[in-house]
Amino acid sequence: MLAYYLDLALRSLKRNKALTALMVLAIALGIGASMTTLTVLHVLSGDPLPGRSGTLYYPQIDPRDNSGQLPGVEPPEQVTLTDGLNLLHAGRADRQALMTGGSVPIQPDSSAVDPFYVESRYTTADFFPMFGTRFRYGRGWNAADDEAKAREVVINGELNERLFGGADSVGRNLRIADASFRIVGVLDDWEPNPHFYDLNTGSYGRAEQVFVPLQTALDLKMEHNGSNDCWGRGAGGVGRIYPSESCVWLQFWVQLDSSSKAADYQQFLVNYSQEQKALGRFAKAPNVRLRNVMQWLAHERVVPDDVRLQTGLAFGFLLVCLVNTVGLMLAKFMRRAGDLGVRRALGASKRSLFGQLLVESGVIGVVGGVGGLLLAGLGLWVVRQRPSSYAALAHLDGTMLLTTFALALGSTLLAGMLPAWRACQVPPALQLKSN
Amino acid sequence: MNFQVRPILTALRQHKAGTLLIALQIALTLAIVCNALFIIHQRLGNLSASSGVDEANVFVITNMWADMGQSTSQVDAQVRADLIALRQLPAVRDATPASGYPLRGGGWDNFVTMTPEQVKPTTDAAVYTGDEHFIDTLGLNLVAGRNFRPDEVMVMGTQEAVTPPTVIVSKVLADRLFPDGDALGKSFYAMGATPTTIVGIVDPLHRQGVDSWSNGYAGQALIWPLRADDSRGVFYIVRARPGQLADAMREAPKALYAQNRLRIIDSKDGIQDYATIRHKVYDRDRGMAILMGIISVVLLAITAAGIVGLTSFWVGQRRKQIGVRRALGARQRDILAYFLTENFLISVSGTVLGIVLGFAFNLWTVTRFAMDRMSLAYVGAGVLVLVLLGQAATLAPALRASRVSPVEATRSV
Repeated sequence: MLAYYLDLALRSLKRNKALTALMVLAIALGIGASMTTLTVLHVLSGDPLPGRSGTLYYPQIDPRDNSGQLPGVEPPEQVTLTDGLNLLHAGRADRQALMTGGSVPIQPDSSAVDPFYVESRYTTADFFPMFGTRFRYGRGWNAADDEAKAREVVINGELNERLFGGADSVGRNLRIADASFRIVGVLDDWEPNPHFYDLNTGSYGRAEQVFVPLQTALDLKMEHNGSNDCWGRGAGGVGRIYPSESCVWLQFWVQLDSSSKAADYQQFLVNYSQEQKALGRFAKAPNVRLRNVMQWLAHERVVPDDVRLQTGLAFGFLLVCLVNTVGLMLAKFMRRAGDLGVRRALGASKRSLFGQLLVESGVIGVVGGVGGLLLAGLGLWVVRQRPSSYAALAHLDGTMLLTTFALALGSTLLAGMLPAWRACQVPPALQLKSN
Repeated sequence: MNFQVRPILTALRQHKAGTLLIALQIALTLAIVCNALFIIHQRLGNLSASSGVDEANVFVITNMWADMGQSTSQVDAQVRADLIALRQLPAVRDATPASGYPLRGGGWDNFVTMTPEQVKPTTDAAVYTGDEHFIDTLGLNLVAGRNFRPDEVMVMGTQEAVTPPTVIVSKVLADRLFPDGDALGKSFYAMGATPTTIVGIVDPLHRQGVDSWSNGYAGQALIWPLRADDSRGVFYIVRARPGQLADAMREAPKALYAQNRLRIIDSKDGIQDYATIRHKVYDRDRGMAILMGIISVVLLAITAAGIVGLTSFWVGQRRKQIGVRRALGARQRDILAYFLTENFLISVSGTVLGIVLGFAFNLWTVTRFAMDRMSLAYVGAGVLVLVLLGQAATLAPALRASRVSPVEATRSV
């Protein structure tokens, strides 16, 4: 039966080539536009560390004196050095790491290679096990190395490729910012997107190439990049090292393996704030937050507004294309009232007519879906040519491929329902009469 | 024409579904197109904002130091030597050190207060630093007061936050702080313990960033007489003599490397002229405007094609009736007017719904993305476009209908 319906559908579609082409084109354009924007949205709002992100939390406390007097005001987005070290040393979470970003000059031994700057991360030891970084060679440093201000460094695969041609460089020395470091680990390709642990240095495509123990970086006064918010008359403007009490410029992450531990940790933050207030360091009542990775990303609105706006518009566009298709199908099916009347008179049930017409809209949906997929591929290619930081991430994956087809087929079948139903209402006798 | 409306309405009642679909399509198209027009206009407005810089002749060198261990005095000596070398080039008119430049796409900005105790800042200003050559190098228009004197220029090392006693501000900032227009000679605080006194006013001077959060502070900038001797690097802003931009851009890095090799000037974007800087910083806005343009055009085309399709179908369906009307004395132009009026009625009712949807969409963008409210002009333009489009799309099928011969009335009965 399906084969017969398909045959009928193809004949009917061939009879009105321009109209068929218009319907297919409209569906393809609508699907292409919405799938391009939806894919970008899907990629940008993805989970940076699937399987781990649920147990990673970003504690926030409020050490400010005068700003944000209003109740309900968010605490600062980062921590001061003093608070960061206090929380780190308290060690109340399963794992914890204090970090900040920067950029450092790499000074290769051979004079043939000019020095160059790379993005760096200054962090404590738990960074690697907590975020589950994969190592190609070696491993991270440990907490004792942190305290000893060890001159140890972890580099990423890209830098290892550039400096050592991809060979196992563990144990070799590397000159960074006029100091000599021993390489202890080489990361495998590890680039969480969004760059959740520090959104100040860019949200996407910003993996660091060099990882240095935080205490070592502070000791060597390495350059700090990113956001620094100060209050009072603490500081203003550019500089390398910020006051440890009145400027927030570090990120503190913890791993809490169960929700009861998370609740305990939140209470610990409240207690810590009270303690600091009693000591006279904090001026305000405890103002703490404890968000996990996805909550933090949502709170920071990491997906660019333009991308959301584009997605909204693209779906509006698809809706217009579908309404257009409904109208055209209606016209087409009603015009065939004669045929349908004959089929009814010869004994076809309303249901089988309905099925036949739906097969016809389904064919349009499938062809439009294929066209839409090609257009989405083209659209994503255009997105990748753009200079935005997330350009390289815009690729269709399996889920989005299936979504495209489901969306194309589903929406055209839905669009075919009304016209098909209307056409089936044709009383057979009336149509036979007028011919 | 009036007499025709009633029969048209009666006829439309026979095609409820088709009529509603066209009206709905017009409504949705209008809602999207007027919002797209609004976004395009806003983004293009950003694109043409004046920076205050003599963009045809100015370029920026991003100079990083290869040896980071230098002391502030070492860096300062190198910066001074570099500037002498740059200013001596035949193609160069002037040069200044800087910690940022207009349209850089973000950078240093400070809150501004009128008193040191004030908790809630009065406003926010982009902060530029440079020596006494800054105004001339950028080609800024000094509308009041004077330029910095060489002895006012202070040194700011990597770890320091220095507040110089003198400042030159943009006119927008001056007017914001001192609405009476008497800003010259007055002082304010910009996140420092000591005041800074306005000695000059320039107009205009764009901020470093173009992000929407700073829209409320647009055009508010201050210039401090500072050589920012950051041990990491420095920007050199250079103004070429008229017509010698290319020469200056070629010679400048050579002169710097001849001065001292221990520096990193990226071969890709270490030297950028203002055309490039402007292109880069507005790339997102331009992309959005182009995308909105494409969406609007395609959408209008699809809607027009849909109208042509449905009207053609209706004409085909009504050939007999048209023939009867023609046989009863209707002229070709009556038939033409019938279809055009029919489309006009549908379009207008569609646009009424479209206006509501358009404002609803705008409200969504206002609450979700803190965008501005759309003015009625865009809706008006959208309505006009769609009504004209509907008439144009109806014309071809309507003309075909008008040519239906009266004989049709007698044919298939």
